[in-house]
Amino acid sequence: MRRALKVIVLGVWLLITLFPLYWIIVTSLKPKAEIFTLPIKYWPGNVTFEHYADLFSFADFGAYLLNSLLVSLVAAAGVTVIGVLGGYTLARFSFPGRGALMLAFLVTQMLPLFIALGPLYLLMSDLDLLNRLAGLMLVYVAMLVPFSTIIMRGFYERVPVALEEAAQVDGASRIVAMVRVVIPVMLPGIAATFIFAFVQCWNELFLAITFIDSEDAKTIPVAMNSFITQYDIDWGSMAAATVVSVLPTLVLFAAIRRYIVEGLTAGAVKG
Amino acid sequence: MRPAFTLRKARFIALCLLPGVVFVVLFTYYPMIRGMVIAFQRYNLFDITSTPFVGLENFRAVLAEDRFWTALRNTGTWVAVSLFFQFFLGFGLALLLRRHFRGRGLYQAWVFFPWAMSGFLIGLLWRWMFNGQFGVINDLLLRTGIIDQRIGFLATPGWAMTSVIVANVWYGVTFFAIMIMAALQSVPKELYEAADVDGASKLRQFWHVTLPHIRPTLALIVLLRIIWILNFPDLIYSMTGGGPAGSTDIITTFLIQQVIGGDYGRGGAVGLLILGLLLAFSVFYMNATRFEKAR
Repeated sequence: MRRALKVIVLGVWLLITLFPLYWIIVTSLKPKAEIFTLPIKYWPGNVTFEHYADLFSFADFGAYLLNSLLVSLVAAAGVTVIGVLGGYTLARFSFPGRGALMLAFLVTQMLPLFIALGPLYLLMSDLDLLNRLAGLMLVYVAMLVPFSTIIMRGFYERVPVALEEAAQVDGASRIVAMVRVVIPVMLPGIAATFIFAFVQCWNELFLAITFIDSEDAKTIPVAMNSFITQYDIDWGSMAAATVVSVLPTLVLFAAIRRYIVEGLTAGAVKG
Repeated sequence: MRPAFTLRKARFIALCLLPGVVFVVLFTYYPMIRGMVIAFQRYNLFDITSTPFVGLENFRAVLAEDRFWTALRNTGTWVAVSLFFQFFLGFGLALLLRRHFRGRGLYQAWVFFPWAMSGFLIGLLWRWMFNGQFGVINDLLLRTGIIDQRIGFLATPGWAMTSVIVANVWYGVTFFAIMIMAALQSVPKELYEAADVDGASKLRQFWHVTLPHIRPTLALIVLLRIIWILNFPDLIYSMTGGGPAGSTDIITTFLIQQVIGGDYGRGGAVGLLILGLLLAFSVFYMNATRFEKAR
């Protein structure tokens, strides 16, 4: 009896969680006439891929995808390297200013980033980085440094110090010991950090719409934002764009499920 | 044992930390501090020929705006109601998922999916579902006989707030479920065994063993979450844009409107007000929860 109740409750919650995903997929597959018809159809009468085709022929969605991919890959790679280095020192050494530095990193995660939005625009304009993917990459790296450093520190602390000390006794330098012994053990954690960072960049909206308005530098969120500022939203294309932009993150998050609690505790503080 | 501090080691530490520190200083702290300074300047993007310091003028202007106060009130509703449902539903889910059962991993993977989406996309998704004419929520409510007429959810002030909160709860329950599950797993099994020996009922065990043990963690999770919900304008931005008539504006969407409108001076002022508010609240909250612990 109690078991049955539990199954029902869990089932209902699963349904509530997944229904919006189902609905956006169904919407993206309906012909325009069917999207705006009553009564609502819960299954497309005629499945069509026209909205997906429209994305790539009318809107330059392929280019936006490429921009998003490039920015997210470079920024995530950069911030992961920075995290691997910084996290190591924070985990393995005690030095003056260590606590202050951690605090300075943590504080950035609690503050509303939006205070910096205007001045960042001015800075980007001074550096001639407006409307350029490089500018976005730099800002994204900065945005994610505290997160990646803190989460990597946590991963290092789980690797026994004895492991690298043994390697150092064998005559390896600290760097060699780190690269040969510690990093391989940490690879899954490093991959998880990279993926978290990638997804954050992939999804980022407000910085991107502040710095980017030229067609050839738009990322997916910027492009989708310009769809919604139009008076009438074309829900077919919107649904298709949503599906396309959410698929990669779904797959990536499924791959790092084990690390999600760590990501949340370090990233719970993400702003 | 950590070996003594040497010059070589100092150089190694500095080199490893330098890139991260440079990025954070240049692209986070510098603009943040400039933003605080700008709060005391007249600074409009469309007229940057003169940017004099004007003391508290921006603050006065912001505080005189009705929209600011509406946004502040809405922030309270948005944070409190979202948090309430996210917390209790999340707690319930965590308790249900606490014991291992077949397919639990798979279940968690699916239930976790909203977390992979951005607030912006979630806002869009629910904007479509809450659509007044072709929205599926209206349709479901009509079919089940809960309503007999379509509701313009996002066009009616009270309903609009309810709708954005529903979307936010949908998004946030999983977060709490996962964090609370992690906290529950940290309770040593021996404590339950001891309680079993003493013949304590499950409910009493929950109340006297589980809850006291995870309370500090819960307090921290809740604080982080409050700050996070407050700093989370994305969903509202894409779902209602703060409308209709400012009825879903929260303080951070209000700030973004100032920045998008080019008035960086006022943006800075709103930013500083938010900062002060967050700080005051955090101090108050931490004192309150520590007080609880001491009791």
